[in-house]
Amino acid sequence: MFQLSDVETTAIVLSLKVALVATLASLPLAIVVAWLLARCRFPGKGLLNVLVHLPLVMPPVVTGYLLLITFGRRAPAGEFLESWLGLVLAFRWTGAALAAAVMAFPLTVRAIRLSLEAVDSKLEDAAGTLGAGPLLVFLTVTLPLALPGLLAGTVLGFAKALGEFGATITFVSNIPGETQTIASAIYTTTQTPGAEAATLRLTIISIIIAAAALGLSEVLARRTQSESRR
Amino acid sequence: MSRIAFDIDHRQGEFSLIAKGELDGPVSVLSGPSGSGKTTLLNIIAGLVRPQSGQLSFDGTVWFDAAQKIFVPPHRRRIGYVFQEGRLLPHLSVRHNLTFSHWFRKPNGRSPALTDVTDLLGITPLLDRGPRNLSGGERQRVALARALLASPDLLLMDEPLASLDEARRAEVLPYIENVRDRYKVPIVYVTHSADEAERLGDEIVKLRDGKIQEIERRRDGTISVALDG
Repeated sequence: MFQLSDVETTAIVLSLKVALVATLASLPLAIVVAWLLARCRFPGKGLLNVLVHLPLVMPPVVTGYLLLITFGRRAPAGEFLESWLGLVLAFRWTGAALAAAVMAFPLTVRAIRLSLEAVDSKLEDAAGTLGAGPLLVFLTVTLPLALPGLLAGTVLGFAKALGEFGATITFVSNIPGETQTIASAIYTTTQTPGAEAATLRLTIISIIIAAAALGLSEVLARRTQSESRR
Repeated sequence: MSRIAFDIDHRQGEFSLIAKGELDGPVSVLSGPSGSGKTTLLNIIAGLVRPQSGQLSFDGTVWFDAAQKIFVPPHRRRIGYVFQEGRLLPHLSVRHNLTFSHWFRKPNGRSPALTDVTDLLGITPLLDRGPRNLSGGERQRVALARALLASPDLLLMDEPLASLDEARRAEVLPYIENVRDRYKVPIVYVTHSADEAERLGDEIVKLRDGKIQEIERRRDGTISVALDG
């Protein structure tokens, strides 16, 4: 009953790889966007905020479709990436990572933004009077003080990326060994008569991973709060 | 030549600061009741507040000139700033707070040595502690040492004793006098305490409602210069 089949093991490993790449590759951009939203005033800030949060509220199938018509092999951005970087996204695991990154982005940005806003800007001023320019203040003061919240946001984004289904299956389909993550593998087994045991195994595994990530994220977030209270 | 020359017109909501004058130091005290604009003037000198219009220069170098669109940011002004609440960086030890500026600023000819400063201020035993485990008086002495170790051309202090009780104040004030006598760095010192102003100031700038009432120069015959605002 609890023996995983090769297809299931492959799906689990692929899910972890997709979620890890999605999280790490989007993290620098998430930090920049969170910083822009937390600390800067500029025209178009409201629009940026809406754009970042759209994947959180749109039907995932819409996000997937938009990715498909933007990054498909015959779409402009897709053609550009393939001819200049040799990077194909459509129906590949890299595309699954992009879809997961886009879907997780709002959660990560929100968490990082909150932790940046919690950093006392008076400390940043103090660092400025000690000779540190704005970028160095960010790297030596803001980022270290926001670190627990930043890690919490990253873990939360990882958990979200791991469970992404709708945008992924729309953009890169459900190909075992290439784009079949835990979520799409469960979808397949629920459509297959007699595969109830496989569904149950994968379900239990995804609950365990999600709960562990959420727990870790909570612990880190709580540490940020107690830091800022001291 | 006067060290600091300013002609500032700054408005922020209801508050306005319109001030023109010259500070020769070596210790210039900005005094006045709360809301008089003394901290705002100090922050303008530091570059933490950018006024709407006017000019500011230090030792002949223009730090701010609205008409010419010149604004030297705080990290390029080579100042040391002692804040009322210390503002030690909570993620760094006392030692790393003290040496923080060394990552960004090349030492100049009269950069003091770490141990000289910590001995003078009596904080050598605290070096490996975290800022959270300091008393108020210790914290302000560390803040003063940190500003000094940034080898500043100008030392700014914003009510460094105001967050302390009477006993701690009496503990820290002599250290400030030691720093003044030992390091000869010009100081601009904000306070609402007449006692601190008397003890420290070579000149006392009296502010009220965002305007300079008078600049009283002392020690060289107590000449009072009244301004007509």
